This record gives sequence, C-alpha cells and structure tokens, in this order.
Amino acid sequence: MMSSADNVVADTVSNTMDNEYLVDMRGVHIEGFSDEQWHPIINGVDLQLKRGQVMGLIGESGAGKSTLGLAAMGFARAGCRICGGSIHFDGIDLLSATDAEKRKLWGGRMTYVAQSAAAAFNPAHRLIDQTIESATRAGARSDTSSGGMNLHEDAVELYRALKLPDPENIGQRYPHQVSGGQLQRVMTAMAMSPRPDLIVFDEPTTALDVTTQVGVLAAMREIVDTYNTAAIYITHDLAVVAQMADVIKVLRYGEEVEQAQTREMLSSPKEAYTRSLWSVRSLEKQEAKNDDEILRLENIDAAYGKTKVLHDVSISVPRGKTVAVVGESGSGKSTAARVITGLLPQLGGDVIFNGESLPVALANRSTAQLQKIQMIYQMADTAMNPRHTIEEIIGRPIDFYLGLNKSEREQRVYELLKMIELDETFLDRLPSELSGGQKQRVCIARALAAEPELIICDEVTSALDQIVQEGILKLLLKLQQEFNISYLFITHDIATVKAIADQIVVMFDGKVVEQGMKSEILNPPHPEYTQLLLSSVPEMDPDWLTRLLNEQSDRAEIMNR
Amino acid sequence: MSEQEPSAGGYSAAAEVAFKRTRRSRFERLRIELGKASFSAWFGMLVVFCYMVVALLAPFLAPYGEAEIFPTPFAPWGDEHRFGTDQIGRDILSRLIYGARNTMGIALVTTLLSFLIGGTLGLIAAINRGWIDQIFSRFVDVLMAIPSLIFALMLLSIFGSTIASLIIIIAILDSTRVFRLTRSVAINVVVMDYVEAARLRGEKIGWVMRREILPNIMPPMIAEFGLRFSFVFLTIAALSFLGVGIQPPTADWGSMVRENASLIQFAKYDFKSALTPLLPAAAIALLTVAVNFIVDWFLHRSSGLHDE
Repeated sequence: MMSSADNVVADTVSNTMDNEYLVDMRGVHIEGFSDEQWHPIINGVDLQLKRGQVMGLIGESGAGKSTLGLAAMGFARAGCRICGGSIHFDGIDLLSATDAEKRKLWGGRMTYVAQSAAAAFNPAHRLIDQTIESATRAGARSDTSSGGMNLHEDAVELYRALKLPDPENIGQRYPHQVSGGQLQRVMTAMAMSPRPDLIVFDEPTTALDVTTQVGVLAAMREIVDTYNTAAIYITHDLAVVAQMADVIKVLRYGEEVEQAQTREMLSSPKEAYTRSLWSVRSLEKQEAKNDDEILRLENIDAAYGKTKVLHDVSISVPRGKTVAVVGESGSGKSTAARVITGLLPQLGGDVIFNGESLPVALANRSTAQLQKIQMIYQMADTAMNPRHTIEEIIGRPIDFYLGLNKSEREQRVYELLKMIELDETFLDRLPSELSGGQKQRVCIARALAAEPELIICDEVTSALDQIVQEGILKLLLKLQQEFNISYLFITHDIATVKAIADQIVVMFDGKVVEQGMKSEILNPPHPEYTQLLLSSVPEMDPDWLTRLLNEQSDRAEIMNR
Repeated sequence: MSEQEPSAGGYSAAAEVAFKRTRRSRFERLRIELGKASFSAWFGMLVVFCYMVVALLAPFLAPYGEAEIFPTPFAPWGDEHRFGTDQIGRDILSRLIYGARNTMGIALVTTLLSFLIGGTLGLIAAINRGWIDQIFSRFVDVLMAIPSLIFALMLLSIFGSTIASLIIIIAILDSTRVFRLTRSVAINVVVMDYVEAARLRGEKIGWVMRREILPNIMPPMIAEFGLRFSFVFLTIAALSFLGVGIQPPTADWGSMVRENASLIQFAKYDFKSALTPLLPAAAIALLTVAVNFIVDWFLHRSSGLHDE
C-alpha cells in the first residue's frame, strides 16, 4: 500500500547498495489508523544492522520502538501501514515482497520474541512442539528431510544452552507448567530453532523479576553470541540494553535521537534527551526517622484457601515516612497490602492503625477508616474504569467521603489535577486517552482526593518507562512533604527503593527477612537473599552482567529460577 | 549529578505521548458508524424502522378496526378488503397492522423484564460469588433443563392465558439465559482493579453494579437483547399459534396463522387466498431476520475483529 513514488526511491536505493547490511531500513515512515484518521508513528528513521550485530532500541512508550522493530521484519501491525522509505533484508526488498514471500522469511530467517511469553504460547500444545513448529513449517533448516527427530534433539540442545532445568523433558510440559522466566527462555529457543539471521526481542524481560531477569539475559546473550545471530533488542530499560547491545539507538516521537556504540553512548551521550535518560537512576531520598507510628502489622498470618502465604509478618510504618517492601513476586508483598486494606482477612495477628485495631473484614470497617488508607495499583490501566472520564474518577472519592457540592467539587478536582501536574484539558478525557504515566498520576490524584493518611503503592512504577518513573517518584515525594502522607511502597526495583524509601522491609517466601533503615539494609553485611536481590539489579555498565556472572558463586540457584 | 541540569529533554507529564481522540458529538459518531455499516445491517435497520412506524401509527394506517367484524367470513382479496377477511369476517390487513403493535409490544416488554431479572441476579452472582452464586446458578440450571416451550405451555395452562401471566412467565424462563450471559461477562469485569478500588472506597453494591460494571458489559448485553427479543417474539408467536398465547379478539400474528391455516387447502381454487396465512408468518420471519442482521453488525463492530 505504498505510493509508486516511494517505490521508485526504494528501487534506486537498492541498486546502489551492496549486501553489507543484513537489515537496511532507510527513511521509513509508518502510520497508524485510529479515530478515523491516519497518524504518523515513525517519521523517517534509518536503521542498519550487520550480521551478528545486536542493536538496542530504547525510548519511552509511544516512541515507536516496537513498530520499528516489527517493520525491520517487513511487518506492520493491524491498523498500521508502512507508507514510505525502503526496507531491505539481506538484499530482499521487503516492501515489494508478497505476503507469501515474507511468510517464508518470517519464522525461518527472521524470528520474534514477544514481551509476554505467557500470552504468546498456545496453552493447548506442548512446549517442544511449539518450539520447533516454525522451523518445521518454514522448512528453513536443511536437515528437515531427515524427519522431526533432528529438530527435537536440536531443541533439547537449545534448552540446554539456555540453561533450562531438565532440558530433555521440559519440552513435554505445557506452558502453564513452567515459570515466567523459563517460558521466556523457551520462547528464545523457539526463535533460535530455525537458526534465523535476525531475531527481534520485544521487551523480553520487562515482565520478569530482577532476579529472574539476570538469568534470562545471560542466556539470551550467550545464544545470540554462539550462533552469530543479528538481533534487535527493544526495551525501555537502559541498564538492560547496556548488557545486550553492541549499538544503541534512541528513539523519541517516532524519530531517531541518537545512535552510537554502546560504550560510547554510555560514557558520552551527545543529545540532551539521552543525557536526561541516563540521569534517571540517580534520584535518591535522604532517609529520616520518625518514632510516631501510623500503622503496625503484628504477627500477621494469612492464607489463600489452604495455602498459607504470610507467616508471622510484622511491619511498622512511621508517620509521614516511606517504608519500601521489597521481594520478588510470590514473596507475599501484595498479600500484606491486601490484609491491610481488608480485602484478605488475616488468620491471626493485628493491623493497628493510628493506635486502634482495624476490623478484620472490609465490610466491618467504617467509612472514616476506609478513607484514611488509600491504595494505588500497579496497572493504572485496570485501576480506572475505562468508561468514566477523569473528572468522574477523581471526583467520586470527593463526593463519597467529603460530600462537597458541585462547584466546590469541581474546584477540588481542578486543584488535584494541578497537583499531579496535569491541566483542565484532561477533565473530559477517558483513561484510554492518557499515556501510562498520566494514568498513574490520575490514580494518585484519586487516592489524594480522599485526603488519606496512608497510601499503599503496589508496584506503582514498575509498568512505566524510567523517565516517567522518575516523574512519578518525584511527585510522590513532593506530595509526602506537602501533606505528610505515609507510604507503604511495594516494589521489586532497588533503584526505586533508593529513590523513595526511608525504611526497607525485605520479604521472601511470606516471611520478613530483614527490616530497618534504608542505609542499614543497603549496606553490608546482608542476609543471603538480600545479597542476591541487590546484586541482580542491572547497572549502567556494559560489563556488569559479565562481572556478576563471574562473581555469582551460587550460580545454579539463579539460573533455575 | 542528582540535581540534574534543567531537564533538557523537556519532560512534562502533560506532554507525554498519549492518544487523544477528537471530540465528536454523539450524532457525528453515529454517522461515522452508520457509514461503515454493511448492506445487511442497513436492510435490518430499515425493516425494523418500518415495523416500528407501523406499530406506532397502527390506528391511522389500518383501514378498519382491530376487532371490527364484517358480514362475509373468508372474503377473497379485493378492493374492500386488501387481504380478505378471516374466519369471522375481520379485515386481515387491519389485523396485521394491529398485530405488529401487540406482538412487538408484548415481546419488547417481556424482553425488558427478563433483562431486568436476569441482569440483576447475574450481576449479584458475579459480585458475590460464593453460595449466592451457587444457589442462583443451580436454580437456573434446573429451569434450563426443562424445554422452555413445554414448560411455558404448562405454566400458562396453570395460571391462565392473560397477557400479564404470558409476559411474566416468558420473562422468567428467558431470564435464565440472560443470567448466564451477564454472570459470565461480569465475572471478567469484577476482577478488575477498579472494581476492587470501588469496594475499598466502601461503595454500595448498587453503585458497583450500575456505575462500575454495567457500562463495561453493555456491548454483549445489547447484542443479546436483540437476539433474545427475536426468540421471545418467536416464542409468543408459537404459543399464540398453539392457542395459549395472546387471546382473541387481540390481533396477533401467531394466532392469525393458526386461524387462517385452513385457507391453504384452497390453493387450487383461489391462490391468493391461500397466501393469507403466510402473510403473518412472513411478517414474523422478516422481523426476526432483520433483528439478527442488526445484531450481527453490532457484534462484529464491538468484537474488535476487523477485516484487513
């Protein structure tokens, strides 16, 4: 669906170029169709990738990273069209190739690793069958004639190379029978199975815990190295891309900001925007003590059905301060929050708020008690009703708790919007019309509207880009100073903890491993688990992963996670 | 380094890349949607619109009264009586026109009632789960296990064929299916964080049902409304045909088919008269097909599946 003029340009370009590059994209324009019109997504980006090279694509959400990554495969998502420029893969003009020709390349010479492995696998088929499916179908491997056995054996080899436990038999399992980190590795094996020339990784570790992420990154890097595969690695996590990529390209608003070798880019970024990306992780709060306690959990035991998830958990939150609860998923962080809010009545122990014991069940708590404790969720998308406007979302707690009249309420909503650094043009928007960071800000405003004393923040920044994260964290700090609100901040990201916490609680397997002031916890000596957690946080140093892997004495433990 | 140079990238929360829709009035949005509607959807809407006009304007459109009796029963088609008269001499055309009003009106009221019952119970079951859900669901299973037409026949012969009992019985029997649909779509919405947030705020169940859940399950509910309306309409016609539905002298398409069915034997003498019982049947069929066309279009639109 490109115009003939563009075709001519594409042809002349292809004539002048030799096959130095595996992927050669020039002046690519991509548009997306929504709301009855075409909007530009990518405005003339060039991308060249040599064989065996790994390129990191970074940028905030909405920058067009994924769209560009897919375009490198000649693919445009439904509702998108590539409307200009040229895309060549190993000399093949992908824009003039027919669907049948492209389909031969896809899943054979080019493969794709999606962000959410759980959503990308077919739950009804065994892993090994899915791993070799595209290789079998594309017939990309020369040895397919000798039957499926070779591919099976090869898949087992790949599983072994990716350090999956029990590589001989894990392929016989179904997707729900392995963990998220393992599934992501199986998907990498799936992508490697046809021995492609190009793999596109689309945020493959974003959904994983830090401790899991390390193992997956190491496995991916190793296998890409071993087979000299070219890769495009899309992510918004700079520290991660620093470990993986040879070259980094920074995108913003669908345009290239800067491209350079990884080391060069990290040591001396040229553009101001790139520098601002780099400085994000340096936010740090001065810790402070307060003996006035607002909330105390005393020896809480809790269970889902018969499975006990919290064992004798005691946490104390000082007034006007931030307590960060850290730990990987399944460690009981969120369950503790559910107990505090009353969603999950505890089996034993007490939740003491402002000196009085809170009723166990939500239904028995008074409106005043509910008002004082508010919650902000991880996924701002699902935390707001998609059919309510921003005004309704922020206005409802004001109505419900404070019962202001219409004009006072309007005034208050407006004030809250200003507090979260948005303006009145947002009043009549629906949640789907906001960016991820804006959504989370509206959720913060909704919590603030109730005029609470304690806000429980459940991984509020983990779904956001770093630069947006920083904005949210600064906002939370500012609000804390202004209104003396206490935060119980649940997270698995140590950089976030450094930025916001006064005290830290480390949880593992439903128990509190360690708790105390931030400086005490973050400085050695550490219990073993805290050590593992801290060392797994990616650093902005391209040698970090290599160093970590060498250091890790207890390597097997991480790898099998 | 921590006090960074004035964010030269120019980060501001309000300027983040977000997809903002153009503000359009309801009328404009409707026009855009209608512009994309398929031919069959247009046909369906046109037919339903005509039926509605006929039903609303029945007294003005009908040449004679609904129960006005003329001296000649089974009169042939002619100028005086366009489609002839029935077995006791009532004008067929007038009764067809009034029939639109009665049959559609009763079907509409019944469907609304069944949605009120089934929808409310379905939402309550979805929100509370636990034993309330179990009781409602098992009771619905029991009701659905009995063939609904036979069950309706039985109940109508117990309670008598008044219009009120007809509406209530069919509405209750039909609400089982509405219950199931509401419950299954609402369960997916109930687990969303925003519903949890509303409960944490201390909202009453009525507010959660009406404001948080209902707006998010509307598309499948509206489509189901169209389908259920067709089925209720067919059930009423079938019951009337069997003689336990809408009672004379009220004009109704189902009973008109039955009353004039014998005319079909005279096809070899008077072909036109033999068509008479087919007219109300065709009216029923056309409306059902039209409603289904609209529902198809609506489902396709709201499913998010689009042809490339």
